[in-house]
Amino acid sequence: MEFTTNQQNLTTVLGYLTHHYPKFILRTNLAEGYGIVEVNFSEDMMDFFNMLRFDEKLLFSQLLDVFAVDYPSETKRFQLNYVLLSLVNNVRLLIKIALPAEDAISVASIYPSAVWLEREVWDMFGIFFTEHPDLRRILTDYGFEGHPLRKDFPLSGYKEIRYDEEKKKIVTEPLRLSQEYRYFDFTNPWKNSNENK
Amino acid sequence: MELTELRKLRNFTMNFGPQHPAAHGVLRLVLELDGEMVIRAEPHIGLLHRGTEKLIEYKTYLQAVPYFDRLDYVSMMCQEHAFALAVETIAGIEVPLRAKVIRVLFSELTRILNHLMAVTTHAMDVGALTPFLWAFEEREKLMEFYERVSGARMHAAYFRPGGVAQDLPLGLLDDIYAFIVQFGARLNEIEDLLTDNRIWKERLVDIGVVSAAQAQAYGFTGVMLRGSGVAWDLRKTAPYDYYDKLSFSVPTGLNGDCYDRYLIRVEEMRQSLYLIYQCLNAMPSGHVKVDDRKFSPPSRANMKFSMESLIHHFKLYSEGYSIEKGETYVAVEAPKGEFGVFVAADGSNRPYRCRIKAPGFLHLQGLDMMARGHMVADVVTIIGTQDIVFGEVDR
Repeated sequence: MEFTTNQQNLTTVLGYLTHHYPKFILRTNLAEGYGIVEVNFSEDMMDFFNMLRFDEKLLFSQLLDVFAVDYPSETKRFQLNYVLLSLVNNVRLLIKIALPAEDAISVASIYPSAVWLEREVWDMFGIFFTEHPDLRRILTDYGFEGHPLRKDFPLSGYKEIRYDEEKKKIVTEPLRLSQEYRYFDFTNPWKNSNENK
Repeated sequence: MELTELRKLRNFTMNFGPQHPAAHGVLRLVLELDGEMVIRAEPHIGLLHRGTEKLIEYKTYLQAVPYFDRLDYVSMMCQEHAFALAVETIAGIEVPLRAKVIRVLFSELTRILNHLMAVTTHAMDVGALTPFLWAFEEREKLMEFYERVSGARMHAAYFRPGGVAQDLPLGLLDDIYAFIVQFGARLNEIEDLLTDNRIWKERLVDIGVVSAAQAQAYGFTGVMLRGSGVAWDLRKTAPYDYYDKLSFSVPTGLNGDCYDRYLIRVEEMRQSLYLIYQCLNAMPSGHVKVDDRKFSPPSRANMKFSMESLIHHFKLYSEGYSIEKGETYVAVEAPKGEFGVFVAADGSNRPYRCRIKAPGFLHLQGLDMMARGHMVADVVTIIGTQDIVFGEVDR
């Protein structure tokens, strides 16, 4: 069984993308083992994903992951990342979209695998996907409030649950910690030693 | 009642789980049934959600390693492998050759560990208990190798960014050799019970058929993708560590049904044996972790007389190491499929964001597609063939 080396295909695919579809693309980058494509958030983003999926030269048939990264200090707070894989070309792409607000467009109509992945992003970050077939929470508890992976959500959360022996059911109460969360800051107060190298 | 009267029929909705021995953990499956036929299967997951990704943001890079053991708790080291590779990629660290070979060796042992569990618990769900008992005997031997190398039977925390935690103990390679020599015969015994078994085939053949196009659309990876005839294995297509120097073949299925996936798992175990054999022969001497005191700890012996080493040791296990701003996505071929780790570093000693891409999450999403039109009993077969482990699905 022979597989082509992916670095060569990767540059070809990135070149093809920037040449044929420049209006979507902000910039492209090569990373270790995959290509990074930064994309402008726009209403016709779906065309871009359609093209990635069906263009004869690209055929990114697999959407393997959708995840967000939260940068609270930036104006475009959430960065949405899509991991796409083209089995034909042996090329992996990481599509990056900086979201201007807390809304994105669902790609579930092109990639069925996006349904749960986008549900997870909604659950963890509160990014709303328009045109999503079934946007419910997925990993957190029924009736959970808040979006845990946001940087402003505390590690301990706000609520705790326990089994109430008298009521014979599970009750949710505001969190009471007998000891504050201990955050040890071991970082070197002096200049980073790696910088003098 | 008049026979001609029109009656409104309602489908039967049933809860499968959250506690069900064949659910492989805590899966609540809402099944909509027409008689005994599944109309819709809706998994409710998250009952084992521990917030691993959030917790890792509050831990140093080294402290994050043990969380990866606890994701898919039957293929521990393969997941550490992904994290180790990711951190090494951002930090720009080249791992010594011996560490690479050790990692590949233990990744393949882990693959056998996982597939033994997958095949035989699947068999147990379908009704054959004996292979399960035999396989656990073999798993025990494998976990003994884990213990000898790391001190823990399961949650090893052995693959660290920069290499492995410690060198192999004396005589371990001989014992691994003794294991692989006899393991082929154990596989034959398991196959004797299953491969041509009429009940096993009746339960598996033509159940949960996935076409190649469906498998790709639903983001299936690993055995689930290869079962549908797509020759895709990250060990071949994007080799990491030592895999590009090793020869092995990638079995693929013809029909995309549960039986094909079973055969692939068995064949992958045999291929793993071959890979382990090659690793044993190729095992070079040398360091097992990168020789950089800002990244990997000094030896115990050095610490006894060198102040410098003592300080390095203390700083590495309290502050840890800081990694320059950068990010990467690294995927490895875990036994269940593509296991990916995205790490974003911001220059501090903790990951800014660590995203874990678990193969089982997407496989379980495909359960509805695979189970539609099948009987209730086949749902058990399909869960078994997907090799679901909730540690990684719920994270």
